[in-house]
Amino acid sequence: MSEARTWSPPPLIRNPWLRHGLRAAALLYLAAAFSTIHLNPARLAQGLDRGWAFVSAFGHPNIVRHGQEIFEGFIESLTMTAVATAAGVALSLPVGLGAARNLAPGPLYALCRGLIAISRTFPEIIVAILFVKMFGFGPLAGAATLVFATIGFMAKLLAEDIEDIDEGQVEAIRATGAGPFQTLVYAVQPQVIARFIGLSVYRLDINFRESAVIGIVGAGGIGATLDTAFTQYDFETAAAILLTIIGIVMATEYISSLVRERLR
Amino acid sequence: MPATGDRVWRRRTPAASLLRWAGWLLAVLVLVRCWTLMNENTIWDFVSDAPTQAADLITRMVPPRWSVIPSLWQPLWDTINIATLGTLLGLLIGTPVAFLAARDTTPSKIFARPLALAIIVSSRSINALIWALLLVTVLGPGVLAGIIAIGLRSIGFIGKLLYEAIEEVDRKQVEAIEATGASGGQRLIYGIVPQIMPAFAGITVYRWDINIRESAVLGLVGAGGIGLQLNASVSRLAWPEVTVIFAAILLTVFLSEYVSAQVRKRII
Repeated sequence: MSEARTWSPPPLIRNPWLRHGLRAAALLYLAAAFSTIHLNPARLAQGLDRGWAFVSAFGHPNIVRHGQEIFEGFIESLTMTAVATAAGVALSLPVGLGAARNLAPGPLYALCRGLIAISRTFPEIIVAILFVKMFGFGPLAGAATLVFATIGFMAKLLAEDIEDIDEGQVEAIRATGAGPFQTLVYAVQPQVIARFIGLSVYRLDINFRESAVIGIVGAGGIGATLDTAFTQYDFETAAAILLTIIGIVMATEYISSLVRERLR
Repeated sequence: MPATGDRVWRRRTPAASLLRWAGWLLAVLVLVRCWTLMNENTIWDFVSDAPTQAADLITRMVPPRWSVIPSLWQPLWDTINIATLGTLLGLLIGTPVAFLAARDTTPSKIFARPLALAIIVSSRSINALIWALLLVTVLGPGVLAGIIAIGLRSIGFIGKLLYEAIEEVDRKQVEAIEATGASGGQRLIYGIVPQIMPAFAGITVYRWDINIRESAVLGLVGAGGIGLQLNASVSRLAWPEVTVIFAAILLTVFLSEYVSAQVRKRII
């Protein structure tokens, strides 16, 4: 009798040398990476107490102790978000049109694509540092940061949508004798507007989350209040702020999913 | 001029168009109010000299002080490690969370699923910098705080995309596995996991790419990596060094984006 044969799934990488080589390389890398973590047991023990204090603070968040600062911080974050999203979306329209290969002439295309690339590679917080240096501390620097980031995000997606439109409709409108502007309004706009509105709402959501962070470098909003709460080890206030952020994000996410569903 | 009684076609009824105008008016009013509120705390003297400040900044940033490059290798290595180990941590926690959150695989719809969804939303709402801020006060400054911050932030992203992928698997393959008499665990391993593997790999590499970007700035709050150097240079107003650090960050971001795009192209 031959022994029973069991089936085993084929390996992901056929070549055994490559398979074991990759595995060894990954292990080596992990060993090297883990060795860069320097652990200080004394500091860690002290930290665990603080960590526990923070976790238990979520059980009794305190929004009253610094109620005034928290309220002002959130108002500032929300106003920054609203202004920056409106301005950023408005400004992303021309940039997006300029970055669409099927509409824009060569030099304009290169310029707009360059602008988008710059806006997308720099993390918001670094842009915020530069804008704080230029505009001084306060929400204006934060709003400028968010506008800059919004332009890159919206213009890139708008340009991609425009490049994917149905050229037949453009031709049809042009055949009626429409000028370039009329072609834009009657042939291009109807094809991209629904997704554009959906993305704007999504960006509103992102901008609020980011507005909670850029305050750390002095660009206004709730981030500064949160930073102060952490440095004073005032975990109850920090927990209250974090829970409020989570609540607002959940609300905006819910609203934006409703809007996108209606547009579909 | 049309005779009385002739009806002219309009896209919307008068009431609907009035409502739309009211909506737009309200939106504009809210925006104006926001703008004024926001600018109550703005010192316009600082804003008006922004162009001079910008020009000043640029003259200070060039020529870059390339001599700092040797001191950047270690922080760059740390940055990459923070991103990679953070992604691993995110995978380790995010994957089970995704299975708990997906309708087909969750053990209980009333208890486990809402809990998993709550974990995903909380992780997604809080930026890695905020996690880092918190962890630096808890664990002290260093690479470890950065890794955990990146990991906590990745849970939500990985969990959300993965549970959506699980919910979209082909039911027939799962049914076929079930028909062979497979147990719950076997159904998972042979019916669902092979179908989500490409999505899993894609999500991982994509998140790693984002994490490189985020770990580059975590040092601003003390959580290790190249951001530490950036923070030090910015607070010493050593702008020629800042230029070099920006260049290093940009290069790393471009490289990681290239690697991630290549890997995703191979897999999908």
